[in-house]
Amino acid sequence: MSPADSARASRHFDQELQELRELLLRMASRAEEQVRNALAAVKQRDAQAAQRSIDRDGEIDALELEIEERTINLLARRQPMAGDLRTLVMTLKISTDIERVGDHAVNIAQCAKRLAEALPVPDVGDLDRMAEVSTGMLRDAIAAFIDRDAELARDVCQRDDQVDRYNDSVFRGMLSEMTRYPGAIVAALQMMLVARNLERIADLATNLGEDVIYIVEARTVKHHAGEVVSDVETEGEFDQ
Amino acid sequence: MPTIRVSANGEAALETRDVRVRYGNNEAIKGITMEIPRKRVVALIGPSGCGKSTLLRCFNRMNDLVPSAAVTGEVLFHGENLYADHVDPVEVRRRIGMVFQKPNPFPKSIYDNVAFGPRLYGRPPDLDDIVERSLRQAALWDEVKDRMNDNALGLSGGQQQRLCIARALAVTPEILLMDEPASALDPIASAKIEELIQQLVEHYTIVIVTHNMQQAARVSHYTAYLYIGELIEYDDTNTIFTAPHEKHTEDYVTGRFG
Ligand SMILES: Nc1ncnc2c1ncn2[C@@H]1O[C@H](COP(=O)(O)OP(=O)(O)OP(=O)(O)O)[C@@H](O)[C@H]1O
Ligand SMILES: [Mg+2]
Repeated sequence: MSPADSARASRHFDQELQELRELLLRMASRAEEQVRNALAAVKQRDAQAAQRSIDRDGEIDALELEIEERTINLLARRQPMAGDLRTLVMTLKISTDIERVGDHAVNIAQCAKRLAEALPVPDVGDLDRMAEVSTGMLRDAIAAFIDRDAELARDVCQRDDQVDRYNDSVFRGMLSEMTRYPGAIVAALQMMLVARNLERIADLATNLGEDVIYIVEARTVKHHAGEVVSDVETEGEFDQ
Repeated sequence: MPTIRVSANGEAALETRDVRVRYGNNEAIKGITMEIPRKRVVALIGPSGCGKSTLLRCFNRMNDLVPSAAVTGEVLFHGENLYADHVDPVEVRRRIGMVFQKPNPFPKSIYDNVAFGPRLYGRPPDLDDIVERSLRQAALWDEVKDRMNDNALGLSGGQQQRLCIARALAVTPEILLMDEPASALDPIASAKIEELIQQLVEHYTIVIVTHNMQQAARVSHYTAYLYIGELIEYDDTNTIFTAPHEKHTEDYVTGRFG
């Protein structure tokens, strides 16, 4: 293949990668919107809005399928290397994680439906702040992905501990609300479930952040904010 | 730049020190220092004209045969500079064999092609055994054992290339240099050569020049990326093709070059 041919082929490939990125972005925005709508339904005790959220989950699943199919086709046809390879493999992983964010949004919407019919909990404690931080992490993880921003991604990973602490505090808060107001037991249990789902969403946002760091810096970062567990340096290493 | 270092434990099959090659006023290799580890496959990649073939020819003094080429620097083989005065280039080429892009068998019988080298370097009594062993190692024996006296030019392109590999193996080299050995072959014949390379590396050190990135990724342990006579990056093949350190390498392996 002449250099001109190969440059032309890679322009077309860049176009295909761009389309895939846009699909992934659309999927991520949909998931973020689903989480926000479900949380709004919780707050406003709006069972109908909650049901609308539940009904829209299929769109995210459909986007995931399309992304998966396109990615597999590109892997087979282009046999990508280096940065392109990392991007495509991570695209599969990211879309799976986003699909799960969508599932958690559905869980929250289901809580919202039950909450709409239950006696409210007088004091939801840190739940609002927890929702704020978790959705912020999701939003920033997506932004980091769009902008290939490893710094922002690292920042997202660092916020995960805060969400875990909020989860504990909401759990304890709801336990004490249950003892004080036995009538609010049903709602308090649902609030615990909401918190649990938010905690999972924050975990998935952290995964996303780690994936972005990998795409950008080719390093594997796992579980703990900013900490590099292994990187792909092989200098001087001879045994396979 | 990460690079491959083996000299510490003495495992390098070949080592270059500041090798430079000029063709008249054109410096084609601009000071390359690298180590080729023993019993490993090293792939040389890079755009056309970057100096892959020129560098490969330095490894067994093949550039001596190019009148305008002037080589400086050292190529160490068993601790000895191949370019030292007393070294016999013919002996160098016996111990470090070369296989070319276009299969180039002699217009003689299959047997005579393989027996050519051993006959040249003395007349071994066990010539039949050497021929058979070489053809087996080159994964060609089963296809030609009943037609050893047929003319080699009657073989298919892929068979001819394996015959050339058998011919190189017949003089018991330690290193095999291959310059785009599969680029003139169809995909199946090419896959057979790749398969063969992976078998041969149990006994030999192999340096292969290839334009096919997937091929380099499939067969080599280490990959060196050259650009206009310079070694830009030399690392573990996995690193080169998944996460190279140099932007230039990344642009080349992803096809975004130029
Ligand atoms: N015999 C020669 N006389 C003069 N210049 C030469 C000769 N052989 C190679 N060159 C020059 O040296 C440079 C490196 O050539 P070389 O053949 O080593 O590149 P290469 O990487 O093997 O290219 P390709 O991928 O096209 O085979 C080029 O600029 C080429 O023109
Ligand atoms: Mg060449």
